[in-house]
Amino acid sequence: MDSQAIATQPVHDAHEAHVHAPYLRHHFETVEQQREASSFGMWLFLLTEVMFFGGMFTAYLIYRNWYYPAFVVGSHQLSIVLGTINTAVLICSSFTMAMGVYSAEMKQRKALVGWLLATIVLGFVFLGIKADEYHEKWEKHHVPGLNFSIQEFTHPTNPEEKALPADMAQKTQVYFSLYFAMTGMHALHMVVGISILLVLVVRAWAGAYTQGHMTTIENFGLYWHFVDIVWIFLFPLLYLISRHQ
Amino acid sequence: MSTATILKLPPQETARLPKRSYLNNEYGLKSWLLTGDHKRIAILYLISITFFFFVGGAMAGLIRLELLTPQSDLMATDTYNKVFTMHGIIMVFLFLVPSVPAVIGNFVIPIMVGAKDLAFPKVNLLSWYLYLAGGAFTLAALILGGVDTGWTFTTPLSTHYLNTHVITAGLGIFVAGFSSIFTGLNFIVTIHRMRAPGMTWFRLPLFVWSNYAASILMVLGTPVLAITLVLVILERAIGIGVFDPSKGGDPLLFQHLFWFYSHPAVYIMILPGMGVISEVISTFSRKRVFGYTAVAFSSVAIAVFGFFVWAHHMFIMGVSNYSALVFSLLTMLVAVPSAIKIFNWAATLYKGSITFETPMLYSFGFMGLFTIGGLTGVFLGSLGMDIHLTETYFIVAHFHFVMVGGMLMAYLSGIHFWWPKMTGRMYPEGVSKLAALVTFIGFNLTFFPQFILGYLGMPRRYAAYPPEFQVLNILSTAGATVLGVGYLLPMIYMTWSLKYGKIAGSNPWQATGLEWQIQSPPLTENFIETPIVDHEAYDYEWLAHQTEHEVQTVG
Repeated sequence: MDSQAIATQPVHDAHEAHVHAPYLRHHFETVEQQREASSFGMWLFLLTEVMFFGGMFTAYLIYRNWYYPAFVVGSHQLSIVLGTINTAVLICSSFTMAMGVYSAEMKQRKALVGWLLATIVLGFVFLGIKADEYHEKWEKHHVPGLNFSIQEFTHPTNPEEKALPADMAQKTQVYFSLYFAMTGMHALHMVVGISILLVLVVRAWAGAYTQGHMTTIENFGLYWHFVDIVWIFLFPLLYLISRHQ
Repeated sequence: MSTATILKLPPQETARLPKRSYLNNEYGLKSWLLTGDHKRIAILYLISITFFFFVGGAMAGLIRLELLTPQSDLMATDTYNKVFTMHGIIMVFLFLVPSVPAVIGNFVIPIMVGAKDLAFPKVNLLSWYLYLAGGAFTLAALILGGVDTGWTFTTPLSTHYLNTHVITAGLGIFVAGFSSIFTGLNFIVTIHRMRAPGMTWFRLPLFVWSNYAASILMVLGTPVLAITLVLVILERAIGIGVFDPSKGGDPLLFQHLFWFYSHPAVYIMILPGMGVISEVISTFSRKRVFGYTAVAFSSVAIAVFGFFVWAHHMFIMGVSNYSALVFSLLTMLVAVPSAIKIFNWAATLYKGSITFETPMLYSFGFMGLFTIGGLTGVFLGSLGMDIHLTETYFIVAHFHFVMVGGMLMAYLSGIHFWWPKMTGRMYPEGVSKLAALVTFIGFNLTFFPQFILGYLGMPRRYAAYPPEFQVLNILSTAGATVLGVGYLLPMIYMTWSLKYGKIAGSNPWQATGLEWQIQSPPLTENFIETPIVDHEAYDYEWLAHQTEHEVQTVG
């Protein structure tokens, strides 16, 4: 569409020209401009999210260099099986989300609702497994500040683990602090995502996104993929430190 | 009036406010609280930041009153700690950061680029509510008993050793931070996507450029502060060990993360102010801003350099000598784009037809005081000097010259400049000139003695000081009183002018910006027809042609 030509027309004409697009907000000249603006805004928001998580990744980078042995034994306390399952679950949820966006594009209302529901289910599976992992940390006294003991690191029950000197064993608290802060912030983003999904499902059922206006679904898809990508970084950084030892 | 003026008011006997405008488009509290109109949101911001400015100002008054005498007699020392902390938190996060962008920027940026509104009006309204929520948390912290960490929330002081309301205040700043992120995001998208046909990047007024640069800082910097505060709150509430040395954490990391935002934050505060100065200087010297492109890019350069200088707050905290050297060098680099601006404004004045309206007086104040503030910043950026001057009143004087002498002057300049556009009425010219003068004198009397105090070694953040410093402190407190009058005056006569001010007409300053080509106060949709821009910014010849054209059609 030639946005230039339309942009130069008086306001009331522009409104009349777009009576067929009720979702065009009054301050945009064209649907195209509106779509580009929302998508650009979403990318900028994701940029702020990158900086938000970036603070914690910086802390991780520094402390991992300083306290490498503590990070190794801390990492060995995590369940690589659960972590892998969760990674697979999230990648699948990104697929279902992408299919949701595709269905919205194809104007298939029921398929859209179906894919969104599948995404919600996968989101809950992820959070369930994460909760189980948190519970296990609590049982093993690995929650810094609330319930922490360095017993496991100075006198390991697993004969393959090397015992750490007491001062380095203390540093495992930094590892677990970052573990909880980073996965906790990630889980919080999942909870927010699932809450938004619930609203989207209801509105998609009413047919809101399958009549040509699907910016909301597209933008939410971007958010969901972003949360997924954060996990793709968290998984190796937290679970896979020096697994070959 | 004896001085020359370009003020061109409509004949007062026939002057009328436009029948329809954004102010009377709808009535009732609900039409304001649920508005999506950027101009109404700007007014909401204006009211709320004025409130917080006077709360923060009251704290400043208490500080100066306490420092009248060498002993700590007005209040206990821990109360004094709380007072200067609340002064800092309120002034930085609830006044300076949102002042020019959220009030003036919100009002004029969409009009300057030729748009009907910001790209996301609902997000804009949300950002005001987040600001209010942040303000409410901060006031709650104040009323519950205050915070005494200083506005910098230094760990482990804030996480372990203090029994005050750090979490409440931290949450307040966290929430207010998102308000600032959303404002910045909205500006960037609007400037990229909503420009009118013909409004190319290099036809944008410099006010838009400087707000664009500040928005980049808001969008990239503020989230880092947010996560840092989350970690501080978690450490305090639960006891995780990211900054706690007893668990292996490093308090210096907190300083790095905090200043990664909080140094760029000073550019978030000053850049929009510089934008105001560009507009005002050009208008009242009837000349295009000298070196338009250089001034535009210097804003972006300040934003970029601003991200790589944070560790100059940490020279005495044990960072390595080599990194201190690099950060010192980078710090001095920021002086280059700042100087480009000052020199270009001076060159704009050269051979201009200068008139001395109130906004111009404030802008002159800005230029002088910001230059002093900026140059003392170079003192502090050099490693040897910094070790002696840091944590003394020299620092306090330095950043008040930049923030109060610079930014607040720019804010007042902008408020006076766009007041006729916002309200359709003029502020009283005589008394406002007096206020500008009083502010300037009061400011210098307050803060210049503090340079000397700091140079002599008086440390900041203490309620008591050796008796030999008393004379200078009395001068400073006296100055603060004068300054207080300087700030109360505009508050009073601006309110008065809402009802009794002269009708301004659409373009009282004969300025070139798009915002001056529409009625005052503007319509809700700003433009009747989407403007088509075919001239550069600050093109006074184009404006003269417009006027001729107008006369011809009427005749």
